Amino acid sequence: MSELTGQDSAARALVVTFAVAFVCALLVSTTTVLLRPVQRANLEAARVMQLVRDALPDAGASVDAGDLEERVIDLASGRIDTAIDPATFDAEAAAKQPQSSVEIPRELDLARLRRRALHAPVYLVRGDDRSIDSIILPVSGRGYQSIIRAWLVLDGKAARVRALTIYEQGETPGVGSRIEDPEWLARWRDRPIYDSEGVIRIGVATRPGDASGPDAKYLVDGISGATRSSRGIDGMLRFWLGDMGFGPFLQRVRDGEIK
Amino acid sequence: MTGNYWRILTRPLIDENPLTLQILGICSALAVTTSLDTALLMSLVVTCVLALGNGAVSLIRNQLPHSVRIIVQITIIASLVIVVDQVLQAYAFELSKRLSVFVGLVITNCIVLGRAEGFAMHNGFTASVLDGIGNGLGYSLVLVLVGTIREFFGKGSLLNFQILVPVEQGGSFEPLQLMLLPPSAFFIIGGIIWYIRRRRPQQVEKPEFTLRESGESTP
Repeated sequence: MSELTGQDSAARALVVTFAVAFVCALLVSTTTVLLRPVQRANLEAARVMQLVRDALPDAGASVDAGDLEERVIDLASGRIDTAIDPATFDAEAAAKQPQSSVEIPRELDLARLRRRALHAPVYLVRGDDRSIDSIILPVSGRGYQSIIRAWLVLDGKAARVRALTIYEQGETPGVGSRIEDPEWLARWRDRPIYDSEGVIRIGVATRPGDASGPDAKYLVDGISGATRSSRGIDGMLRFWLGDMGFGPFLQRVRDGEIK
Repeated sequence: MTGNYWRILTRPLIDENPLTLQILGICSALAVTTSLDTALLMSLVVTCVLALGNGAVSLIRNQLPHSVRIIVQITIIASLVIVVDQVLQAYAFELSKRLSVFVGLVITNCIVLGRAEGFAMHNGFTASVLDGIGNGLGYSLVLVLVGTIREFFGKGSLLNFQILVPVEQGGSFEPLQLMLLPPSAFFIIGGIIWYIRRRRPQQVEKPEFTLRESGESTP
């Protein structure tokens, strides 16, 4: 066989390698493009399951993917907005865009956020009888020197706190950062939110006498030395549970409108 | 002719098993056999890649210049592995996360390239595909055996179905931690190889050199 003809020629080598590379590239890219939506859905489901495990440190592992619903709600009306896909909704980005966010009136801005998105994601965990077992809400607020972000988990009747889990904060290490202390966070468990008139009473006790006053059962002791971080949590909870936050949505849950 | 095909398909199961005779593909056999489900999935992946890779290489073997054959084979195998990996990520997400990098590492599995270069380059399409399936099944046989032993003795379960109740949960079964560590796969595969070679002494390799008798003087 000569150097330049037949199966071993340089031209043949180029043609064959290019042809093989082309067919392989076509095969690989077609598969990736065709399968991407399914893979995205898998990743999204895994992300949400991780979120539930984070938000519910004790019970999260027992929750199945089928028991979990992700919804985007319109905060002002409290209604579920089916036009927005929860998988692609980015609340943080929405809060920064003028057309997808709203300015919070100064006197109502307990969490000191200045703006909030018009919509927010909520996660509903279903029990065995398909009724709402817990509601997971993303909350945030300004602490002493950072924005604190947390998962607030309520019971199915939206009357009591089930858990509070902080997943992002930049408070003073060793002082304000103690808001992440599991022992302190555990004190939020089963804390009632409203009094018999439906007024929000839950919060952090940061003034002398608070802890022994009439509100004692609604309040968690503040962290000594971290008053402003503690007040940050207090404002964050009151804001997001209130009318500017998830208040209208929680009202609909209590009324049985959202099941 | 049919008998010939049958032999191509069944020969790699025991007589020419890629794992126990040629000692190829040991790395993945250690890594994915801590439980039976990952071992089964890995077996399926390797069998598919072997069959398709062998088939594709066999089809172009007469066009393929000698000088670039290995790189072309690797390209074909790598593409197939990526496709299979993508399919797993879409339809067996949890398991593919547990197999992690080992699906991608099928590209470097010596059995796959070995069969493409050693068999598919010289044989027709049907024979090559059958050889791929046969070698895949031979690999699977060992993997499933090792996976069964390791999961049963290491966790007391099979396919995540608890058979023996461990001591921690009030049972009487003490899980054998060693079974979940890589060395145990070496012991088990070693045991399988020993057993096969005891039954089929023709598989025993001849010593490459013999030790000199002590006291013998050099010429």
